[in-house]
Amino acid sequence: MNQSDAAGLSLASMWVGFIAFVVAALLGLYQVIERIDLIPGLKSPELYFGSVSTHGVLMAFVLTTFLVMGYGYYTATTSLKQDLWNKPLAWFGFWLAVVGVLLAAGPLLTGNASVLYTFYPPLQAHPAFYIGATLLVVGSWVWCLEMVMMMTTWKKANPGETVPLAMYGTTANAILWFITSLGVASEVLFQLIPWSLGLIDTVDVGLARTLFSWTLHAIVYFWLFPAYIALYTLLPRAAGGRLFSDQMGRLAFIMLLVFSVPIGFHHLYMDPFQAGGWKFLHMTGTFMVAVPTLITGFTIIASLEIAGRLRGGKGLFGWIGALPWGNPMVLAAILAILMLSFGGFGGMINASYAMNTMVHNTQWVTGHFHLIFGGTTVIMYFAIAYTLWPKMTGKQLHSNALALRQLWLWFIGMLILTLPWHQLGLAGQPRRISSTPYDESFVNAWLPAESAMIVGGAILFLSAVMLVYNLYRTHGNTQAEASLTVEYAEPLHAVQRMPHLMNSFAFWVLLVVVYMVASYGYPIAQFFLMDTYGTVPWSI
Amino acid sequence: MSLDPLRTICEDPLERKWVWLSLIMAFVMGGLLGFYALSSNIHPPSNVETIDSSRLHLSEEFAEDNLGVKRNDDGSLTVTLVAARYGFYPPRIEVPVDTPVTFRIASADVLHGVHVPFTNMATMIVPGYISEVTTTFPRTGEFSLLCNEYCGLGHDSMWSRLVVVPESAGGESS
Ligand code: HEM
Ligand SMILES: [Cu+2]
Ligand SMILES: [Cu+2]
Repeated sequence: MNQSDAAGLSLASMWVGFIAFVVAALLGLYQVIERIDLIPGLKSPELYFGSVSTHGVLMAFVLTTFLVMGYGYYTATTSLKQDLWNKPLAWFGFWLAVVGVLLAAGPLLTGNASVLYTFYPPLQAHPAFYIGATLLVVGSWVWCLEMVMMMTTWKKANPGETVPLAMYGTTANAILWFITSLGVASEVLFQLIPWSLGLIDTVDVGLARTLFSWTLHAIVYFWLFPAYIALYTLLPRAAGGRLFSDQMGRLAFIMLLVFSVPIGFHHLYMDPFQAGGWKFLHMTGTFMVAVPTLITGFTIIASLEIAGRLRGGKGLFGWIGALPWGNPMVLAAILAILMLSFGGFGGMINASYAMNTMVHNTQWVTGHFHLIFGGTTVIMYFAIAYTLWPKMTGKQLHSNALALRQLWLWFIGMLILTLPWHQLGLAGQPRRISSTPYDESFVNAWLPAESAMIVGGAILFLSAVMLVYNLYRTHGNTQAEASLTVEYAEPLHAVQRMPHLMNSFAFWVLLVVVYMVASYGYPIAQFFLMDTYGTVPWSI
Repeated sequence: MSLDPLRTICEDPLERKWVWLSLIMAFVMGGLLGFYALSSNIHPPSNVETIDSSRLHLSEEFAEDNLGVKRNDDGSLTVTLVAARYGFYPPRIEVPVDTPVTFRIASADVLHGVHVPFTNMATMIVPGYISEVTTTFPRTGEFSLLCNEYCGLGHDSMWSRLVVVPESAGGESS
């Protein structure tokens, strides 16, 4: 028996994430039911917007951050075969983040922070909301530091050796997150907290939105990273094959790190206060981040094909049937790739700044990110949990069959929820509304799609409960897991000599900094160069 | 000997082909959209102009009496609007079909957005800044100006009327 030093911390962290997740899934179900104007007794904008704010924060900030941290600690200790660097500090970061969430929960649950998860000023929330969010981020910075230190100390102890791919990706994500979070951190620290405490009277909303855009795009990759790391390093083994290429994985991770932060302006396409040229520059950059995803799609499908053929699959598509569909990691990966291909198409439309006009801030957008983020990314979180829980607890998974059913339900529920949701957007429904007091022609056209979404929401909630139940029951399983070692995928071509650039980050970090200064330097500086008017706070 | 610069990082030729293909796909897609945007001059609303949102009534342009539809010397129209919780003012505007219309909009309070479904009239409305968007409506009929950014508990009910009338009828607001 060979338990990882981080098992306890990782379990604690992922549990916080999944508890937040079930609560948020229940709120999601309430939201799809409330939004439709069929049940008048349920109408309440106070409750609805309190709920959407809580649901958004729990899903986008709590589930993700705690899952990334838990998975990261576990990956670091198992792939490097090394104990945690400064364990007390790591636990401190975890508790800081938990305290942050609890602090923010107060105003969220009492309707004093119904400003949605994007908390755009000049709507103002209770200071505890901003301070709580800050503690969560600072807690995650401790994780970033731990990851970087673990990679550095390992390299010192193993000169000339190649950092395992899983750890290389995890460190890339830690660096990415640190750089990404600086935007929102400066907005919150220098603008929102002093303003909500009454220390300053006004904030410049243009500056606040520009800083937020710095974070808002790349944060999506912070959420997505664990999914990619699992696809590259856990899936090929689970499928019974090998990773098609180790270097491709590194290349994809590096590209995500370099290209995803400096392109945040596609969240500002429709805003005044930033000139068209800057938006154009960011748009062209946006297409570069499609490259690592295309590379990943290819490598993963190629790795699956290797596995399918090793298992006796023949013919052009015969290998697909030969894959072990009964393995949760394999099933989740296939479903994730399917949802990503639907979603990728929609993403191209959002990224194009001409076509974006038609769908901007309509329900198309919410439908799109539920499919990509709630679908593709989160289903891989489930797969990670199903793979690691037995290793972390030392007990076999309570029920593999239940896990498979849960994954299928998530996939089906997501499609039923999000396909009509996209359609609502095309039919003109704005996002973030709790009722539909508009022209009858609109409202009647929206009804069928809104009803279908309720079915999707109910299936998803059921699926969420099944996940948590299965994980919970695993702790009490009497059947011990045979081996506690996580088996990382072997690449098809053994790594001979890794180029220095693909085994380190200093150069890439420098590149991001230069690229960031080029793409955000003037757009931020302009607020200090021109005369702007601040805005006073408004309550919801 | 191969000149492929990717050779140093990937050994497998199939893998290199795919990386090249991905790069080409990204460049073609980005290039096409970029070219299309530049050549037909389609740009999102990107006006950089500040205003004191707490004193709109004191500004000449956004004072209550000056809001609404105005015809410019070149035949185009300018529509001046104020977005305030929870409506767009004036609440009903009429513009002629097939005529370039420039909307100039300021917020009197928080962040708002405006979208006229089934047209490409859309922009964010940010306190402290003036939004400007120019478009031409190709079809006559009654349209809705919907607020599409959360602006408070009454956000759902923030909408107003846009009527696109035949050309001869001119434009007005009420
Ligand atoms: C359990 C099934 C789910 C249902 C039924 C559901 C439903 C909803 C609804 C109705 C909204 C309000 C949309 C609007 O009017 O703009 C919403 C918002 C949101 N959802 Fe979900 N959701 C679910 C799962 C998820 C998942 C898995 C994630 C991501 C991990 C997620 C992330 C979000 C976020 C971030 C928002 C905030 C959007 C905003 O503030 O505009 N949801 N959800
Ligand atoms: Cu509004
Ligand atoms: Cu609104």
